[in-house]
This record gives sequence, C-alpha cells and structure tokens, in this order.
Amino acid sequence: MNKPAAIKPEDEPLGLYAKREPVFNRRIDGKFRRVKWAIMVMCLAIYWITPWIRWDRGPYAPDQAVLIDLAHRRFYMFSIEIWPQEFYFVAGLLIMAGIGLFLVTSAVGRAWCGYACPQTVWTDLFQHVDRFFDGDRNARFRLYKAPWGPAKIARRLAKWAVYLAISFATGGAWIFYFADAPTLHHEFWTGTAAPVAYGTVFVLTMTTFVLGGFMREQVCIYMCPWPRIQTAMLDEKSLIVTYKDWRGEPRGSVKKAEKNPGQFGDCIDCNQCVAVCPTGIDIRQGTQIGCITCALCIDACDRVMKETGRPRGLIDYATLEDAEREKAGQEPTRHLKLIWRPRTILYFCVWAGIGLALLFLLGTRIHTDLTVAKDRNPPYILMSDGSIRNAYTLRLRNMEGRPRQMEITIEGLPGAAMWTEDMAREDAARALTRAVPADETQSVRVYVVAPSDTASQDFTFKLQAAGNAREKDESEVQFDTPEGQ
Amino acid sequence: MANKRVDAATNTETVGHEWDGIEELNTPLPRWWLWTFYLTILFSIGYVIAYPALPGLHKATEGMLGWSSRGQLDDELKSAAAERAKTVAALKDMPIEQLPQHPELMRAAVAGGAAAFKVNCVQCHGAGAAGSSGFPNLNDDDWLWGGDLQAIQQTLIHGVRQPGDDETRVSEMPAFGRDGLLTPAQIQDTTSFVLSLSGREKPSAASQRGRAVFEANCAICHGPEGKGSRQFGAPNLADAIWLYAGNRDAVSSQISNPRHGVMPAWGTRLDPVTIKMLAAYVHSLGGGEEFAPAPAGTETGAEAAAVE
Repeated sequence: MNKPAAIKPEDEPLGLYAKREPVFNRRIDGKFRRVKWAIMVMCLAIYWITPWIRWDRGPYAPDQAVLIDLAHRRFYMFSIEIWPQEFYFVAGLLIMAGIGLFLVTSAVGRAWCGYACPQTVWTDLFQHVDRFFDGDRNARFRLYKAPWGPAKIARRLAKWAVYLAISFATGGAWIFYFADAPTLHHEFWTGTAAPVAYGTVFVLTMTTFVLGGFMREQVCIYMCPWPRIQTAMLDEKSLIVTYKDWRGEPRGSVKKAEKNPGQFGDCIDCNQCVAVCPTGIDIRQGTQIGCITCALCIDACDRVMKETGRPRGLIDYATLEDAEREKAGQEPTRHLKLIWRPRTILYFCVWAGIGLALLFLLGTRIHTDLTVAKDRNPPYILMSDGSIRNAYTLRLRNMEGRPRQMEITIEGLPGAAMWTEDMAREDAARALTRAVPADETQSVRVYVVAPSDTASQDFTFKLQAAGNAREKDESEVQFDTPEGQ
Repeated sequence: MANKRVDAATNTETVGHEWDGIEELNTPLPRWWLWTFYLTILFSIGYVIAYPALPGLHKATEGMLGWSSRGQLDDELKSAAAERAKTVAALKDMPIEQLPQHPELMRAAVAGGAAAFKVNCVQCHGAGAAGSSGFPNLNDDDWLWGGDLQAIQQTLIHGVRQPGDDETRVSEMPAFGRDGLLTPAQIQDTTSFVLSLSGREKPSAASQRGRAVFEANCAICHGPEGKGSRQFGAPNLADAIWLYAGNRDAVSSQISNPRHGVMPAWGTRLDPVTIKMLAAYVHSLGGGEEFAPAPAGTETGAEAAAVE
C-alpha cells in the first residue's frame, strides 16, 4: 500500500502520522453496482428478518427458526437443534466458513470484501445516507470545506441522527438471535429486558455508528486482518480489479488524443475511477490493500469508454497472468477456466467434504445418549445380607422435543439387579423404565447389587428409547467387589 | 530529522534516521490511531486512580473506588447466602420427617449436607462416608441406632456416648473378660457361636456350648438369634457387616474387653438447619430407611397431652 507515495516528493515532507483523507464517492450506476445493490439488500434482509421467522417445534421447544439459546445451551436452526456436546457442528460450520473464504478468494479474489462483508455493506448504506442529505461528491466536498454554521450543523445533526437510527436498528436486531424475538422486543421497549440486552445493543449501536459512519475504509486498511491475509493468498491467477495500463497509458484527454492520434492511450484521465471509489484509492496505481474489488471503478470507466466511443474494460476484472497475456497481445483465459484449477478444486473438495460429513452426521445422529459415572469413593458397599452394592450416576439425554420413556437394562453381571434412589431395594430389577422430559438430561443415581461371590468385572448399561429401535446407547462400566482387595 | 530522502525502490520517504546503513521507510500511521493511543494513556491514569495499582513495600495503592478482589468475593458470598436464605428458612420450619414430601427441598438439603459432611464428618467416617474399623459405614443398610431421617437426626444432635448429654445414644457392653464375668474358655465358645450366626464358622461343639453362654449373657441386648436391637444400640451379629471385624480375634477381643466409640453431639456445635441437611445427606447415601411412625400408644399419648 503505497498511497502516501502518491504525494509528490517535492511536496512538504510527510509527518509520522497521516490525517484521514475523507472519501466523497460519486454515485454510479452499472452492472456491478446493481449486483452490489442486490447483495446489499439480501444481506440486510437476512440480518433483519431472520430472527422473526417462526418454526413450529411442538410444545416443548421455542418456535423461533434461528435461535442461539445461551441460557438453556441450545442452538436452533430451522429443523436442526444442536446441544453443547454437539458443538462440533458449529466448529465444522466455522471451518467451512474459513475454507469458504479461501475458496472464494482463489476463485473470484476479494469478492467477500467487495460485496458481502458487513463493513462494506453498512459503509455502502451510510454513504447512501451521505448522498441523500448532502448531495453527490462535489456537494459533499463543498459542505466538508464550508465553515461551521447553523445550516451545516443542522445538516450534520440530521445525518448523524439517521446514522444513529440505522446503527440502533443494527445493534438492536442482534439480540433477537439470542432470545424469543417478539417477547424480547416487548421487554426491550417496556424496560424489562435483561441489562445485558441493553448493554449489547448500546455497544453494537456505537460500533456500527463509529465504524460505518466515520471509520469506513480505515477499518479495511488498518484494522481488519483479512486484507492482510488475502495479500498472502492472492496469486497470479487471482481475479483482481486491474487497470490495463498497456492500453490506457499515456493518459490524455479526448481533445489531446484527437489532436495527436496514436500518441495517447485509452485513459482520458477523467478521474471517474477515483471519484466513485468507496475507499478513495486510485486503481491506476495497481492493486493495493485498500482495493476491496467492489468493481465500481469498472462501472465508471465502462461508462466513460462508452461515451468516448472506446471499447469497454479499460479497468476490468483480470488476473496478473491474463494481464501479461493481454499485454503480449494474446487472448485472455476465460474466467470459467480460471475457476477450474487445482487450487480452487482442492479448496472446494475440502469445503464440500466437511459439509457432506456434517450433513451425514446430522442425518444419522440419534437423539438418545447415555453417560455413566461410577461412585469411586467408596468403590463398593457391603450390604448386611452379604451382597455387594455399587452406585452409578446415569445421565439419560432425551434430545427430542417430546417426553420419552427410556428403558435402562443391565447386560452381564449375573445375579445382579438395580434400583434407583427413589425406589425401594425390594423392587430391584434388571430393567427399569424412566420417563425423561422433553429436551432434557435426566440424572439418576442407580444402585446395582450383586451376590456376595461376585468377582470384580465389567458390565454394560443399555439405554433404549421407546418407539424407535435406532434410538439407543450403551456404556460399559466396572463393578467393584472386595475380592482381591 | 536530517537526511530525509525518498527511497528509490519504493518511492517512499524515509524517516530520516540511519543505523549502520539501515533506514526506515516512513509509512505514516493514521492520526486517529495516535489519538486512540493517547486515550488509552488517559484511561490508564484514571484506572490507577480508581483501582488498586501501584505496588508499595507492604501493600499496593488502594484506589478511590475501594475495590478489592477479597471484597468482591465477600459480596459474592453474601449474595449467595441471600439466595440460599429462602431455602434455609424453609428447611428450618420443616419437620425432618416431612422432608421427603418436598423433593426440591430434599435435593437442596442433600447438597448442603454433602458440603457440611466434608467439613465435619469425613475425619472419622471418611470422604465417601464408608467409615473404617470402629467408625460405621453410612452407605450400607445396617444401622446401630436406626436409619430413618428422624433417627439419624437424633444421633447427630446428641451423639453417641457424649458425656454431659442426657439424650445421647448410650450402649454399654460389659467387659466379660476383663471383669471376670466369663472364663476365657467360655469367651472362645461364645466367639464360635457368634461367628456361626453369620455363617463365618461352621456350627461345632464349641458353638453349641457357646449358644448357652450367649443366651444367658448376650441375648438380653443382642436378641436370642443375635439380630441386635436398635433400642440398645446392640449390633446385629448375624449379618455381614461388622463395626470392628468379623474374625475370631476381633470378636473375642470385643467380648472380653469391648471398645466404646464416641460420636460428638453436633447439636451444640452446628445449627439445626445444617444438622437437618446432614441427616438428609446421610439418609441419601443408599441405606436410608423409610420413616417408621411411632407406635400407636405413644402417639395417642402425645395427642392426649396436647388436648390437655
């Protein structure tokens, strides 16, 4: 990133600290701008609407389609419910998101930065607010330079109020992912929501206000690690926004070019590419960390090329390799072919592999689980009739949204019987049935008693949920006796 | 800032210093970054004033807010006690025999009892309440003085052989050998009989002779079949559980020169709620017995007394 180098050496010397150059990007319409609009609307809509989607899960589970229920340690996503011990699904999704970014970078460069990153989406939104209140590029620049007076203050306050409203809506929507949205919405406005809800909304409102309203491209250039990581990931086959200097240079206005045919390149030095850039860079200096590849400069340049009757694509998506080929007068590689290369295929395979594995696990997982913890102190108890008792704590997990009967049986350990703390020993048996409430873990202490001549050995607790033969689990545990001690 | 120049390779200005031919390029930091840095300095000054920060010889500065980690712990303990207060009050008013009808309260009592047990009881009864020679195992189904909630609570409050407590549990087995009540041969015969009760020794001529001695001397407390009596705190000699040990040496030694263990009366040391919780915990260990209603006679007697 050599932006300061653009300042000519004969200018006054640089300080150690640079003031932020405000960006007043011009409104532009074009192919990529429309894609950007569509993605922006989609992202914002997903963000704001998702918590309000309902999903019927029966009487025992919340009816919010997407809900991260931290208090009850459940994560709901449509028909999927994740328990804390199944967090590997979330870990898998995060790994997929990471590899997905690699995949996208190798296939279409910094598309994430340019179109879908929240910082980009919200900055874009705030820049439209700027345009609405202060006008387009030149008007905003004039207002920026203008001395502070009542009119400017009024405009600024109005604009910042809208910033704040958007920020509040942004921060406010976040909490709805963590609790029942309609209830929390009501609680929020009646002042009865949890303090953490208000705190979260305040913090996220302020971060949106500051990062989207004022920091903008500074976040991309100085704060975000992703552009730095991407500089390491881009290679000669990565799609980047390229100014085709071999075609554009030397720059000259339309008039100059008409006077001196053949002397000048296609770039008429109209500066439109700089004017529309949301991060305020000059793409003609080559790719740089401030370039989020949003392609608005391509739209701007294409329009100018059309107006001056020159072929489009003076600034265009191209790879470094293609740039070399074009410079040498060869045909550029087709974009589809660029995507179809070992690196992207490898990333895709890893990404899809993890996705398929997760889907497989999701499809085959059962909703019944048994874990057994043996009492180790004392390891066994001698009963007055000479028999030997061991105690175990069984945790029966019913991960379904309805109460279920579950049968516990003992396998092995001849002559043994068991009873629970809420039963009498007289009712001891080799099989017990427990009613486990919906979506809950039931902890039950089980006493197992075996005849006096039993040797220490392993046996198995089996758990079978009623109604579905597949819904079962088992756990092998030790039975301790005084023998050999 | 001498020697400022523009580096030809990068077209970037240097900061102007040079160390053995090494120069640094000037890539300016954003100004807001500097202000953020100054803000953090301001914050740290405020922090040093508000919170304990600067170390001294004996202690650090205390800070104007008066915060300390111990104070925070204290507050947390206070709020925990406040949260517990309702349960404690409910336990206080609840007669222990009614506790099983309130599962929620019972669970709380068992949890509280487990904590109190670790402080007060593990020294003798062991961390798992499994006891050891002379100290009863509290997990099993054999009780010297009764295993329902009320009996356990009674034992806890008044202890066993606690001097100075009128209601303490007392059993005083005579020293048949030491005091010359039985001859050594009789003691050996009685030992044989006692061990035959639980099948540890096969019936023999000695055990036959011992039976007569037992019936004359021991059956009054231990019962004719040696099944013991909770009224006297006399252990069941016919089961698999032994307070000391179930072998010839230990049994004959106990007959000739018995040991009498003491359990402190906790009623003078612990508050009633803690004792209730301890009783609930011991009862929950697996050998707890159903509360047996008092015999009809005494009940009506009590009612009559209440009416009067």
